[in-house]
Order: sequence, then C-alpha cells, then structure tokens
Amino acid sequence: MSNWIINQGLSAFILVVWMGINIFLFVYFYLFYDLGPQFEYTRELLGSALPWARAPAAVLNFNCMLILLPVCRNLLSLLRGSFICCGRTMRKQLDKNLTFHKLVAYMIALMTAVHTIAHLLNAEWYTNSFQGRYGPLATKLSMLGDSRELNTTYLNPVRSNSTTPTILVFTTIAGLTGVVITLALILMITSSMEVIRRSYFEVFWYTHHLFIVFFAGLVFHGAGRIVRSQQVTDPPHNNSLCENQLENWGKTADCPVPQFAGGFPQTWMWVIGPMIIYLCERLLRFIRYMQPVSYRKIVIRPSKVLELQLVKPGFKMQVGQYVFLNCPAISQLEWHPFTMTSAPEEDFFSVHIRLVGDWTEKLIKMVENLPEGGQGPKMAVDGPFGTASEDVFDYEVSMLVGAGIGVTPFASILKSIWYKFKDSDPKLRTKKIYFYWLCRETYAFEWFADLLQVLEKDMEERGMRDFLTYKLYLTGWDQSHVNHAMVHFDKETDIITGLKQKTSYGRPNWDREFEQVQQENPSSVVGTFLCGPQALAKDLEKKCVKYSDVDPRKTKFYFNKENF
Amino acid sequence: MGKIEWAMWANEQSLAAGLIYATGGIVGVAGQFRGWQFAAFGIAAGVFVCLLEYPRSKRRKGTSVERTGQYCFTVCVKAFGPLTRNYYVRAFLHAALCVPGGFMLATVLGCVCLGIASLIYLSAAIHGEHWEPILPRTEQPKSVGNSIKEPPQNPPPRPPPELRRKKVDKLETAVYDNPMSVTINE
Repeated sequence: MSNWIINQGLSAFILVVWMGINIFLFVYFYLFYDLGPQFEYTRELLGSALPWARAPAAVLNFNCMLILLPVCRNLLSLLRGSFICCGRTMRKQLDKNLTFHKLVAYMIALMTAVHTIAHLLNAEWYTNSFQGRYGPLATKLSMLGDSRELNTTYLNPVRSNSTTPTILVFTTIAGLTGVVITLALILMITSSMEVIRRSYFEVFWYTHHLFIVFFAGLVFHGAGRIVRSQQVTDPPHNNSLCENQLENWGKTADCPVPQFAGGFPQTWMWVIGPMIIYLCERLLRFIRYMQPVSYRKIVIRPSKVLELQLVKPGFKMQVGQYVFLNCPAISQLEWHPFTMTSAPEEDFFSVHIRLVGDWTEKLIKMVENLPEGGQGPKMAVDGPFGTASEDVFDYEVSMLVGAGIGVTPFASILKSIWYKFKDSDPKLRTKKIYFYWLCRETYAFEWFADLLQVLEKDMEERGMRDFLTYKLYLTGWDQSHVNHAMVHFDKETDIITGLKQKTSYGRPNWDREFEQVQQENPSSVVGTFLCGPQALAKDLEKKCVKYSDVDPRKTKFYFNKENF
Repeated sequence: MGKIEWAMWANEQSLAAGLIYATGGIVGVAGQFRGWQFAAFGIAAGVFVCLLEYPRSKRRKGTSVERTGQYCFTVCVKAFGPLTRNYYVRAFLHAALCVPGGFMLATVLGCVCLGIASLIYLSAAIHGEHWEPILPRTEQPKSVGNSIKEPPQNPPPRPPPELRRKKVDKLETAVYDNPMSVTINE
C-alpha cells in the first residue's frame, strides 16, 4: 500500500481534488436553483428539472475550461521547465496529460447527457404549462407576455399554442446551439475510440477538430438568456401571498405583476482563457512551422529505417525529447511525432523513422528517389517537447527498457552520457545504468548496435565497464537462431550484434532483474524508464511497486513511461 | 484519408446512436411526453440497433479486437446471412429506423446520430466493405506422428567395430571420446 502511495499518490490526490470540485459545483448549483427564491415561480412550471439541468451546466463550464489545457504541449513544456525546482513527482504529473484530457472528456459526456435529459423534460413541461395542464398558477405565469405597453415580462419561453417542444428547441439560440454542439461532441467521441484512433489516426484527428464548432456553440449557448429569474419589483411582489390571489395581480399594492429577466450568460467567462491559450499554442506551432529546416545528412538504414540529420537555427534540445514533423509535400495538415536520437551536445538533431504507415512510406519513397547528396523534401519541425526521459540523470541508478523501435529515446541518452563522460560533466548524478533492449527480430539491431559498439569500446578504454550494464533480448527467436548460436557459442563477440555482451533469447525475467538491481544498489533511488507497449508498462509498474521499500535506507523504484 | 475501413467508425457511431435513441425513448415514455408512441418506437429501435451493432466485424487487414462477450451476438447476426453481411442493407435499415425519431424532441438526437451512421455505412458499402464474423479459430491439436509409437527398427549408424572400441594407446586416432571405459576389464 505504501509503495502505491509513492508511485501513484500525487495522481490520486489531483483526481480527488478535481472530483471534489465537480461534486461541489454540482451540489452548490443544484441547491441554488432548487432553493433560491428568485426561481420559485420557475420551479412552479418545471419542478426539479430546473436544478437538474443547471447543476450539470456548472460542472460542464468547469470541465470545458479544463479540457483544452492538457493538449497545449508547448505550454506544458514551459511548465516542465519551470518546475525544475519542485521535484520530479510534480513533473511526472504532466506526463499524464492525455489521460486527464480523456477523463475530463468522459465527465463532459456524462454531464451533457444529464443536462440534455433534464432539458428535454423542461421543454415538454414548459409546453404543457402554456397549454394549461398544470393548474391555474402555472397557467397564469405562462400567460405573462413580453410586452412593454402592459409592463410585463415573460417567464415561459413558449409563447404560443402551436409551439411544440421540438419547435421550441429549434427556434431558440440555446436549443439550436445545444443540439449542434451535442452532435459535434458525439462525433468527436465515437471517432476517438481506441480502435479507430490506433488504426486510422487521420479520421480521429480531422473529426476532433469539430471542437471548434463545439466551443463556438458553447459560448453562444446562453446568449438567448432563456433561464429566467424573478426580479425585485417596487413595490415587491410577495410570492407566498400572491400565489392564492391570481386575479389581483397588477391590481393590488401587494401583488404587482412579477417581473422576470434572463440570466447573464456565464460560460464564456469560464472558457475564454483556455481558448486564448489554445489559440496561442496553435499560433506557436505555426510559427515554428515557418522556420527553415535544412538537411545535414540522410541515411537509409537497413530494415526500412530512415535516419535524418536536420539543422534548425535556434533549436535547443534535451535528452529523450521528441519533435513533430510535417512534410507539406506529403500532407499539409499532418504532424507526426518522432523521438530524437541525437544528443544535445551535437550541433544537429537526428530522428530515426521506421516505415509504419502512409506518411512514413511516402517519405521513405521520396528520399530513396533523391539524387546523391541532394536536400530532402521541405520539412517543418515543431518542438522539442519533453517527456519522462529528461529525468534520467536525476536518478542515482537508472533502468532503461526499450522495446523494438522504442529504444530511440535511449539512443539519445546513451550518446549524451558518452559526451558528458568525455567532458566530465558534474551535472551527471547517475552512477549506474542498466539498459534492457527487447526486440523481436534481429534485423532491426544494426543502427543501434553501431552505437553500442562505440560506447563499449570507450567504456573499456576508460576502465568504466561497470557504469553501463546492458542486456539484449531477442524475443522472436526460432530454431535457426538456436543452431547458429550453438555452432558459434565460444566466440568472444555476439554473433548477431558483434557486441561483447551476449544476446539473450526470449523475454527477460523481470523479477530476477529487479532483484539484481536491488542487491547491487541497496540504498539507492532507482528510476525505471520504459518506451514500449502498454502490457510491458503494466508489468514493470507492478514490479516497481513490488520491489520498492518505504524505508529510505532501502531501494526505491520509480516508474516513468513514454507514450505516443 | 488512408486505408480506412469506414465500417469501423460507422459501427462505433451506430452503437452510440442506438444507445442515445433508446435513452431518448425512455425519457419520452417515462415523462409521458406528447408523442410518446414515437419514444416507445425509439426504445425498440435503439435496442435493436445496439444488438445488431454490438459484434464487431473482422477487419480486412490487421488484428480485430472483439468486444467483451460478443460471440453469442456474432452467431445471431451471422445467422441472417446476406441481410447483415451487406452494408447497403444496413445503411438503408438505419435510415429507415431513424425517421420516426424525428417526430419527437426526445428522440431527435438519436435520429440524427443514426442518420449519420447510416451515411458512413453507405460510404463503407460503396468502398466494397462487408461484415465478417469474428469466429474463434479451431486449433488443430498437434497430432504426433504415428511413427513415434513404434520402436526404431534399425540401430543408429555407427562406425565399424574396429574403430568403435577405443584402445588406450590409440587415443589420437579414435573417432570419438568415450566418457566411460568400454573395455570389460577396467
């Protein structure tokens, strides 16, 4: 239990605070509309459907304000930088921005459902009220017309016998915008389902831009001022007295005709700030898009991996960060994320791109047809954006796990280590690194194996063989590998990678690995970093919790995950 | 927009639409709204659409992810053969089912969502997609060959007897090294 607190405590706390605010807003506004005297006559027409509609509206205001913020990646990068003083636990929360965005979206969907159902009831009951089905007081209130000559203001938005709920909804600003934005919300949600997102990202991305329609409609949703409250008149209208004297309204001093006015629209006050912030975010992305990027080198690696070395003026990066690339020749609107594989100490930045889908396929084809030494297609770069790997040097001991192409951020880290060592950089707090590379097939090893060979040689020359312990796991082995290994078992270097460290076959036994790290580093704080599949993340997270100890004298494991 | 299978999105949209249609219908009936008959139809249509759309189709390329417990629904939907296989039929069916929802406020949203789902299904049908059931693969039990039951008829090939018995003084020319002595008297 205590291990859970270390690893998940702050996330849980933030969730509790967020949920607490939601519950508070719901209850407060429910009671405001259920008990407030200025709504007594409205409640006469609508019963408790009024507070049931207004309470989720308040929660919706709050959540629509929140939902734009987690997706402003430039803003988040800025926050991460300024949190350097506040410890890594705070910064780790910023990695979970997408999870929070989804959570807020679910709350918006739920509250929209409650709000819509309550308003369906309202529309129906307003109509019934006008048609005299709810008794004399309700009918009298509904008959109050909107007339300057008679000095009356209306309460019931239904003004004629032929108005049906459907007509009411489609002829009021609130109703029309409500239907449009609910539709936009539904389309956004159905196209964001994991199945669609993972397979056809473009559908998700383009449909999700309906949020522009959503926010535009949301801001104007209250402009019609359809929720009306009773105003104080001079002389005042005594509700409890005048309820029973309907004929005397406007004729006696105690009961002047009650006046009503619509509530001032408030939603825009909640959402205008985040909308401006998001606009700035998109503007920043556009400015970065316009800046010139030139190619320093283009290498086509074996197994369909493309290495691009790019130079952009004023570009500064840190280890393990990623950039978004856009190639207008392939698609004007698509930005794709790639982790950088170069170290910050180099005067260029590089990415290794694997052939995965449409965009990467077209890029690789374009590059293959280039003349020797020619510049590549025009590329725009947005970023860099930080993720968990920035924290790797803060831990005394680091366990780095990369699965397949997920090893790319660690390429950047290992290169940076090499540079830092050569320069004896005092900022390097790391004393020991354990690196695990899991890969299904051998042919993806080559470009990374070169890097490891160089590091291996350098470590030996400086007598620092203990600094970096790396283990390579070939998870997709078959009989031919076994045969080959059997024949060459006594060679000094590995037959697949050419490295001194032998390749292991199959998946790692994580219990054994964690135990080994725990034994070799009895009182350290160990950071575990993973770039790989979700199943492996769950596994490692469990092991981190299992092998962590609350006792500060013993080893503690922290889990960090990259996610694209 | 890439090699999208439109049916996948249509499926998600129609499932959501079915739920919304049914919910709107329940509100309409429970609140005894005017035109509650349309709401009652909405409930029936919504539930029907949910049952029809719950089983996911098998994808043309890539792994198909089943919904929890969809197997029994798959069997039912498969039983209707070409009616459920063809997406033109589904597009037309959804379009027809959604029309009565437009007559009452509570079901209007369900009507529009189902209409949009119908359009996406039409697009899927035009692109030549169709519904394939996801059935569990019947694994053939790996049958061990018959020959394993019979003992071998011949001994394994060995070098001739002169070379087989290792003489202590002739170790260098021996064909192989014995872990134990093969001579009787040692």
